[in-house]
Amino acid sequence: MLPFAFHTKLEQTLLLGRKARNLRMLIDGIREVPDASIYHHTHRFLIQHHYLSPEPPTGFAYWVTEVLNDKVLGERLSSIDIIQFGSIGALRERLLAVLEDHAASVERIVDAPRGEEFHFLASRMFVLPTTYVAASLDQFREFLGRVTINSIYYHMFDARLRLERGDNDFSRWLDDEGFRDLAAEIRNLDPYTQTLEGLRNRLTAMVSEYESA
Amino acid sequence: MNQLEAYVPIVGSSTIDELSLLAERLRGVSIQNINSTAVGGGVAEILTRMIPLLKQLGVDARWDVIKGDEKFFEVTKKMHNALHGVEATITDAEYEVFNEVTRSNAAEMQFGDIVFVHDPQPIGLIEYRTDLSSRWIWRCHIDFSRPDPAVWRFLERFLHSYDSAVFSAPAFARQLPIPQVLIAPSIDPLSDKNRDLPDDVVDEVFERFRIDRSRPIVTQISRFDYLKDPIGVIKAYRLAKKRVDIQLVLAGGGATDDPEGPVLMRQVQEEADKDPDVFVLFLPPASDLEINALQRGSTVILQKSLREGFGLTVAEALWKGKPTIAGAVGGIPLQITHKYSGILTTSIEGTAHWIKQLIQEPRYAEGLGRNGREHIKHNFLITRHLKDYLLTFLSLTRREDIVYL
Repeated sequence: MLPFAFHTKLEQTLLLGRKARNLRMLIDGIREVPDASIYHHTHRFLIQHHYLSPEPPTGFAYWVTEVLNDKVLGERLSSIDIIQFGSIGALRERLLAVLEDHAASVERIVDAPRGEEFHFLASRMFVLPTTYVAASLDQFREFLGRVTINSIYYHMFDARLRLERGDNDFSRWLDDEGFRDLAAEIRNLDPYTQTLEGLRNRLTAMVSEYESA
Repeated sequence: MNQLEAYVPIVGSSTIDELSLLAERLRGVSIQNINSTAVGGGVAEILTRMIPLLKQLGVDARWDVIKGDEKFFEVTKKMHNALHGVEATITDAEYEVFNEVTRSNAAEMQFGDIVFVHDPQPIGLIEYRTDLSSRWIWRCHIDFSRPDPAVWRFLERFLHSYDSAVFSAPAFARQLPIPQVLIAPSIDPLSDKNRDLPDDVVDEVFERFRIDRSRPIVTQISRFDYLKDPIGVIKAYRLAKKRVDIQLVLAGGGATDDPEGPVLMRQVQEEADKDPDVFVLFLPPASDLEINALQRGSTVILQKSLREGFGLTVAEALWKGKPTIAGAVGGIPLQITHKYSGILTTSIEGTAHWIKQLIQEPRYAEGLGRNGREHIKHNFLITRHLKDYLLTFLSLTRREDIVYL
């Protein structure tokens, strides 16, 4: 059996020095900023508010709802099912499609009050190995309960969308080791609609149930 | 000084382990912090706490202070105000004073492998970088959203030679040819201002100020400054008071270098004299325990600022699990996500409305406070600040979006 080496990640936030005052500028920004910025604004709330359920929506949805006061657009943006996208490029296209469609339907473009502009940021990710290396399913379950939230986040969210590995790391490893049903079960989870501690508990419970079945 | 292990019960051992993993990768690298004052002010306070913690992690960190005469600090005070958007004219002779002091300090300094320069006073030292393999970072701790153009042009010349710039809030970022990093300030959960307090200490402080703890208490802790809008706070209190039986506490000091301070304090006191449920407490500088107790014993905390650098009093209130209503200015929106971890308002009426809501819906208010504390725990404690410093040092030699260490 090939062991599973848990990694963790830490994020640095970069300032791009670019801001949007209205919907049009937001669209232009989303079209032009680097992938690391789209990732930041669609995932920042998730990691920053990982104890909350429901957590706030993406940074874009939050801003158009709370600052531009456009609840219709806010709801459309926050209901984008991020799990269906395998790359930041595809997610960006979807965001732009929703925004362009909405912009074409509004009568006038509203400016945010001064000081409440949308500031484009980006994330730089630093990946580190941890000391947790699982050589069995039993150990895998045990270490799932011990690693940091950042580690769970890295293997579930970053691996699939940011590193474009096509799948989360846990399911990939479990598939390779022949635990196909468990791999599929984890793959089918929507990690975006629960707290990260909740996700950790779900994962641990799934492995336990699989072991006892 | 607190040991790193003392933070384990608060943030968990895994967070401290992650700091150690990062610090290991900085072995053998000397990191020199440079600012303009060893005591007093936010920067000195941060460095006093950070340097020992970095050393405990095995990082070769040190701290040097530039020397300057009265003339130099007059010029840098002007620069400081100009960066805050206050109109100021700095003459060529004054710029020359600045350059001369920079020159004489550089002649006496041995620069580290990484040089971390804080605020405008020592910014010019970069001109004396001789070791091109060294890496230089400039950190601006002040509100930089509307700087005076002439002063900005003078500083920008130096800034372009740095490898990286650090700002405290997104609004302070500018179009620059070098990477810009966001590092928000932090609070220390083990300091007198933030550590847990026994109930009897909290009770004693309220008794001393004769504030009735059996009725709801709304508190703003801030220095008496127009930008903190204490008069607006009193107006919001009066509007809310028509419907809910509350008391108001306004506590803080006055900035000694603020000529408007005494006038405002008089105005606030006059307003307070009209109502026995309004308590105005002028606190001396060493009142951290009193501030801690007042925050812990309050029902709702306000920070109705009209402008703000970062507004760390919000983080202090949220850390104590208090439902907090604050102005959506400066760094406050980073600390409060409206209706999730607190309430953001923009008007006196809005503030009054939310005071009533939070007093009358204590369960909702409790939820906001609980979320607020979690948000601060994960994002605004000194351990996160340490992590950001370590990542900033490590990032100086790496430019990719995803760095495998």
